[in-house]
Amino acid sequence: MTDSRDRQRKHTALLLLVAVGMFGFAFALVPLYNVFCELTGINGKTSGQAAVSVQTSPILEREVTIQFLAHVGRGMPWEFRPMESRLRVRLGEVNETRFYVRNHANQAVTGQAVPSVAPGLAARYLHKIECFCFTQQTLEAGEEMEMLVKFYMGVDLPADINTLSLSYALFPVTVAQTTGLEIDRDSSDITSAAHEEHSGS
Amino acid sequence: MIAHAENIPRGRHPLVQFIARWVLTTNHKEIGTLYLCLSFTLFMIAGAMAMLFRLELAQPGLQFVTANFYNQTVTLHGLIMVFGAVMPAFVGLANWMIPMMIGAPDMALPRLNNFSFWILPFAFFMLLSTLFMEGGAPNFGWTLYAPLSTTYGPPSTDFLIFGIHLMGISSVLGAINIIVTIFNLRAPGMTLMKMPLFVWTWLITAFLLIMVMPVLAGAVTMMLTDRHFGTSFFSAAGGGDPLLFQHVFWFFGHPEVYILILPGFGIASQIIPTFSRKKLFGYRSMVYATVSIAILSFIVWGHHMFATGMPLVAELFFMYATMLIAIPTGVKVFNWVATMWRGSLTFETPMLFALGFVVMFTIGGLSGLMLAIVPADFQYHDTFFVVAHLHYVLYPGAIFATMGAVYYWLPKWTGNMYNERLGKIHFWIAVVGLNVTFFPMHFVGLAGMPRRIVDYSLPFSDLNLVSSIGAGFLGLSQLLFLYIVVQTIRGGEKATDQVWEGAEGLEWTIPSPAPHHTFETPPHVE
Amino acid sequence: MTSITNRVQSFLILAVLWVFSQNASAQMFDMRRGVTDMSQRVQSLHHLIFGICVVVGAIVFIVMFYSIIAHRRSKHPEPAKFHESTAVEVVWTLIPTLILIGAAVPATMTLIDIEDNSDADLTVLITASQWKWHYQYVEAGIGFYSNLTTPLEQINNVDPKGEYYLLEVDNPLVLPTNLKVRFLTTSDDVIHSWWVPDFAVKQDAIPGFINEAWTRVNTPGVYRGQCTELCGMNHAFMPVVVEVRSEEDFLSWIDDQRLANELAGEAAVAARSRDWTMAELMPMGEDVFLTHCATCHQPDGMGQGIKYPALAGGVIPTGPVEAHLERVMNGLAETEMQAWAPQLSDLELAAVITYERNAWGNDTGDVVQPLTVYSAR
Repeated sequence: MTDSRDRQRKHTALLLLVAVGMFGFAFALVPLYNVFCELTGINGKTSGQAAVSVQTSPILEREVTIQFLAHVGRGMPWEFRPMESRLRVRLGEVNETRFYVRNHANQAVTGQAVPSVAPGLAARYLHKIECFCFTQQTLEAGEEMEMLVKFYMGVDLPADINTLSLSYALFPVTVAQTTGLEIDRDSSDITSAAHEEHSGS
Repeated sequence: MIAHAENIPRGRHPLVQFIARWVLTTNHKEIGTLYLCLSFTLFMIAGAMAMLFRLELAQPGLQFVTANFYNQTVTLHGLIMVFGAVMPAFVGLANWMIPMMIGAPDMALPRLNNFSFWILPFAFFMLLSTLFMEGGAPNFGWTLYAPLSTTYGPPSTDFLIFGIHLMGISSVLGAINIIVTIFNLRAPGMTLMKMPLFVWTWLITAFLLIMVMPVLAGAVTMMLTDRHFGTSFFSAAGGGDPLLFQHVFWFFGHPEVYILILPGFGIASQIIPTFSRKKLFGYRSMVYATVSIAILSFIVWGHHMFATGMPLVAELFFMYATMLIAIPTGVKVFNWVATMWRGSLTFETPMLFALGFVVMFTIGGLSGLMLAIVPADFQYHDTFFVVAHLHYVLYPGAIFATMGAVYYWLPKWTGNMYNERLGKIHFWIAVVGLNVTFFPMHFVGLAGMPRRIVDYSLPFSDLNLVSSIGAGFLGLSQLLFLYIVVQTIRGGEKATDQVWEGAEGLEWTIPSPAPHHTFETPPHVE
Repeated sequence: MTSITNRVQSFLILAVLWVFSQNASAQMFDMRRGVTDMSQRVQSLHHLIFGICVVVGAIVFIVMFYSIIAHRRSKHPEPAKFHESTAVEVVWTLIPTLILIGAAVPATMTLIDIEDNSDADLTVLITASQWKWHYQYVEAGIGFYSNLTTPLEQINNVDPKGEYYLLEVDNPLVLPTNLKVRFLTTSDDVIHSWWVPDFAVKQDAIPGFINEAWTRVNTPGVYRGQCTELCGMNHAFMPVVVEVRSEEDFLSWIDDQRLANELAGEAAVAARSRDWTMAELMPMGEDVFLTHCATCHQPDGMGQGIKYPALAGGVIPTGPVEAHLERVMNGLAETEMQAWAPQLSDLELAAVITYERNAWGNDTGDVVQPLTVYSAR
C-alpha cells in the first residue's frame, strides 16, 4: 500500500512538473518565435543588428527595385516620409536613402521606428549597415531631420524577388517604455473625463 | 482518506448539512455530479447568449443589441461553451465513470478532486461578472487576439485573464488526478490495452490538458503584463509582434479542439458496441488513432492563421500536416461503421445520439478537410463557413456525445430508467435544430458573410433567418433534456444492474443506482 | 425508426433547397466564381475538394445507413462475432492517403502561384483602422480614405435598406483591368483583414508590419467585400468596395485625382486666408462630428463609458485649445482615438473642434480658425 502511495506521489509530482514546464515553454516560445521569424521571414522583420559593411561578395549586375514606405503611428505628432519613394539597386552594392521627419509638437518627443519588409522572405537578404531604426530618435519641438538608412541587398536574393517594399512604422516611445507613469496620465485623463460625465448627468 | 458524507457532524440545521456535504465531498460520484450540474448551468447561460445573438442576426439591421454588446455575447458564448460547458461536462463524466470502469474505489487524489471542482464556480463567477462592469465584458472573441484584447481591451479583460488562470489550474489538477488514477488504481488484470475506450481517450485528453493549458496560461499572462507591466510581447510599438499571440494561442488552441472531441470519441466507442451487440471493431487501431491525432494536433496550429501572411513553406507544412489528421480521424469513423456492420442494432436514445454524433461529426470533419486547402481557405477563413464547420464538429462531438453519455449512464447513476419516448423526441428536435441552424451557415459563408458581424448585407437575410429559427428549436430542446433528467432522478421504472443487455464493462457489474462506495475490494479482470 | 431518419433528412434537405431556389440562383450555394483567373482556380479547387468530401461522405453514410436498416435487431437478431481485421485497417488507411495526395497536388500548385507577388505593375498600400480603409497608390503618390456611406437610419431600421446596404463607401478603391496589382496591407490599430471574395484575396492587416497579396482583374465592374477579422465595435461596418476600370479610364482617373488634390489645396489656402465666424463653423462642425466622431462619442457628446469619454463637459474640450487640437489631430496612442489630421481638411478640423468646444453646454466661446489648424500641422 505504501508502495502505491509513493508511486502516486511520484506521478503527481512529475505531472505537476510537466505542467509548470509547459507554462515556462509558453514564454520560451517568444525567443523561439523570433528565430522562426528570421528563418522564414514572418512579418518581414529585419535584423535589429547592424550588418558589417565589409564587402565579401562582388556586386552583381542583377537589379531589384526597393520601395520605401513610412507609417506614422497613432499619437505620434511627427511628419514622416521617405525622401525617395523607390530605388533601383544592384545586388551587393551599398546604397543609402533618407527619411524626412519633423516634430510638430510643442515639446520634445521620442520615437522608435519598426521596420517591416515585403515579401517577408526578402528581409533576410536586406542588410542594413546603418539605420535610424536601430535606436530611438528624439526630436525637440519643431525640429526636423533627415534620417539615414545605409544598406545592401544580399547577392543570394532568390531570383523570383524583383520588387520589395521596406516600410517603417514610427511609434511614440513613452507609452511602451515608461508604462507605469504614462498610463497613469492617460487613465487619470480618461477617468476624470468619465467622472465628469457622471457628475454632469 | 475518503471523507464520508456520514462523517459530517449531525445535529446541525439540515441546510447546513446539505451544503457541507456537497462542499466538502471527496466522493468521485458526488464530485462528478457537481461538475455535470455546473456544466449544464453554464451551457444554458452560454446558450442563452447564442439565442440572443441569433435573434439579433435573424434580420439585417440592428434590433435588439448594440454592436458592442453583440461582441461581448459572442466572446462569452465561445469562452463559456469551451471552458464552462464542454470541459467540465467531460471531467464530470470522467469522475463518475473512470473509477467504475477500471475497478477503482475512487479517484487517486480525492481532496485535490474537490479542490479542482470548487475553483470553477469562482472562475466563472469572475468571468460572468464582467458583463456588469463599466466598459462591458470582453468583446474581442474567444480567441483573444492581441492587440484588440491587450491595448484596446476593456478593463474587465483582467478578470477574464484571472478567470482563465483559475480554469487552467482546475483543468490541470483534474487531468493530473485522472492520469494518476488510471496509472495506479486499475483493478488487477485491467491492463492498459484492456481499458474501455472512454478511459483511453480520457487518458490522452488528460495529457493534452497538462501540455497545453499552461501554454494558454502563459499567453494570457503575457497579455496581462502587456496591459499593465510595460512589456510588449504583442505590440509592434515596443518591439513585439501581435502575430506571436496567435501562434502561442493556437499552439494551445488546436490541441484544445481535440480535448473537446476525444472524450466524445470515447463515449461513442462505448455506446455503439452496446447497441450493436458486438465488440468494438479495431480496438487497437482506435487507440493508436487517438494517440496519433493527439500528437498531430501539436503541429497543425498554423492552419488557423493562413491569412496572416505566412511564408509559403509554412503554409504548405501546415496544410499537409492538417490533411494528415484526416487519416486517423477517418479510421475512427470507419471503425464505428464496421462495429455496426452485421451487428444486431437497436436505437435507444444513447444510440441515436451516438449515431447523430458520427454522421454530423463526419460532415464537420470533411469541411475541416476543405479548410485545410490553403488557397480555398483564403475564401473560407473567418466566414460563416468556419462557424458552420466548428459547430458541426463541436456540437455533435461534445454536446451530443455528452448527452448520449448521460442517457447511457443515467440509469446506473439514479437507478431509474429515463423516459425513452421523451428521450427520442429530444434527440429529433436537437438533430433537426442543429442542422437547420448550422447547415445554412456553410452557404452564407461561401457567399461571403464574415463571422462575428452584428449586421449583414441583404443577400444573406433568408439563410440567416433559417439559422435563427433552427437555433430556437435547438435552444428549446435543452429544456426538454433538463425535464427528462430531473424526472429520471425523481423516479421512474427501476433499472437493472446490467441496464443495457449488450453492455460490457465493470460499471455494469455494480448495482443500480451505484452505491456511494464501489469496488472497495478491487474486482478481478480476466 | 431508421427509415424515418432517412426520410426526415432527405425531406429537410429538399425543403431547404426548395425554399431557396425560389428567390436565389444555384450560385447562392456555391463559392463565388469571381473575376480573376486566380479566383476561378480557387473555385475549381473548392469544387474538387468539395466533390471528394461529398463522395467520401456519401460512401460512409450509405454503408452506415445500410447497416442501420439491414442489421437492425428485427432483421438481424444474431450479431456477428468479428471485431478485427488488419487488412481492412490497412486498406482504409491507404485509400484516404491516396485521395489526400490527389487533393494536395493541385492545392500546392495553386498556392505557389498565389504567393508569387513578383512583377507587379502597380502597388497599393492598404492601411486599415477602426473602422475604415485607407488606400495609397505607391507609385502615383495619391491616397484617400474609404468610409461606409450607409446611413444610420437604414441600420436602425428607420429607413428601408438600399440595394448595397453595408457594402457601399464614399471612395472606392479604383483599379485597372489586366494589370497585376500588388497589395500591401498594414494597420493603424488592431488586426483587420482585407477581403474581396471576387478576387479571392484575403490578407490580414497587422499593426506595425506589412503583408503582401496581389490580383489581376479581367472584367471591369464594382466588387464588394468586407473586413474579415473582428476589429472592435464596428467590425460589421467597414466594407471594401473596388471599382475596376479599363486601363485607359484608370489613368485618366489618376489624373483627375491629382487635379482634385490641387483644387483641395487651393480651397485650403482660401479657407485659411480668412477668419470664420462661430455661426459658419458650428453647423459644419456638427456634420463632421456626426459623420466621424459620433459612433464612439455619441451624437449627444455623452460618450460610452470609460473607453469613449464624454465630450460634454470633458477635460479636453473645455481645456486649452492647443491640447484639444493636439488630441484630435494626432490621436492618442494605444487607444481607439485616431489621428484625424490626415483624414480631415483644415476647415473640417477647425469646424469640428469649434463645435466640440461650444456644443452640449461646453460654451467655451472659442472659435478655432483653419489657419490655426494649418500651423499646427
